[in-house]
Amino acid sequence: MSEPKDQQTFEQIRRSRNRVLALSLAGFVILVFFISIAKMG
Amino acid sequence: MNPTSPSSAATPMPADWRDLIALTKPRVMSLVIFTGLCGLLAAPQTIHPVLGFTAILCIAMGAGGAAALNQWWEADLDAGMKRTAKRPLPQGRLDRTTARDFAGVLCAASVFLMGFAISWLAAAILAISIVYYAVVYTIWLKPRTPQNIVIGGGAGAFPPLIGWIAATGQITPMPVVLFAIIFFWTPPHFWALALFVKTDYAKVGIPMMPVVAGERATRRQILAYAVLLLPLSALPWWLPGDEHAGAIYGVSALALSSIFLVLSIRVGLRERSGEDDAMKPEKRLFAYSVLYLFALFAALVVDRYIPL
Repeated sequence: MSEPKDQQTFEQIRRSRNRVLALSLAGFVILVFFISIAKMG
Repeated sequence: MNPTSPSSAATPMPADWRDLIALTKPRVMSLVIFTGLCGLLAAPQTIHPVLGFTAILCIAMGAGGAAALNQWWEADLDAGMKRTAKRPLPQGRLDRTTARDFAGVLCAASVFLMGFAISWLAAAILAISIVYYAVVYTIWLKPRTPQNIVIGGGAGAFPPLIGWIAATGQITPMPVVLFAIIFFWTPPHFWALALFVKTDYAKVGIPMMPVVAGERATRRQILAYAVLLLPLSALPWWLPGDEHAGAIYGVSALALSSIFLVLSIRVGLRERSGEDDAMKPEKRLFAYSVLYLFALFAALVVDRYIPL
């Protein structure tokens, strides 16, 4: 992990994975909200 | 850089999300999602769109989790087969613990979300389908018997049943027939593939039908299942009661299954001309079998909304 290129790839993969994870969690929260509304209706 | 190489052992590369998606076998999942959606849409009761979307999402997550468990368990076998050697685990782009944890979270989340949002009956059937694929098929049947795909094929037959239960809350004859159609469709679909990738399975010791019973027996069995599939696919048309399908589905099923039978006859009655045989009839049957299932279930939904 000492080469700058490897470090750059490492950061890039981690950043894109974190972004996907954040989007999934946000999607899950929105989904649970709409499920609750649908079940109350 | 290879994450498993000694130089990277201290700080391995994090798993790329694209590799995690590849673990879920997205191409197989598309058929699972489609048949699940058709089961849901063809049901006599309607469901709130948000709940319908959630049910399909749960089916997709469950199927993806089961596929990831399958790849986690079979990583060593996959490495030995040309067709699967480029998957993330055999290539070392993903470590096994991450794959297992990802699969476990997907499976658990799919079952609990289905139970919480839709019904615990649908959640129970989803859980059974995951265990059926990941444990009964992958771990138990696949390495032991050439009938693996016959019994294990049941795992792929659950989605329309789950979709139907999500909409209606109960198991009736129609979704059981839909289950049976996919159950009897799976062996000819998979054995057509196994005929032209036979050497791959033989190399890693998986007792697929062509490897154990030979090509001739496999071809005859493909034909037998195609014969059975013809009346079975038309059965939803003849079901008694309110939930039977109409003429659009019936005629489509008979036409599609007749073509399936003709292609199966071509495979069933021929013999490989030599090692350099291009296996065109087998490849054609495999490609058509995918189209067949899409078209059959699409016809069921069209029939439900445009009754003649």
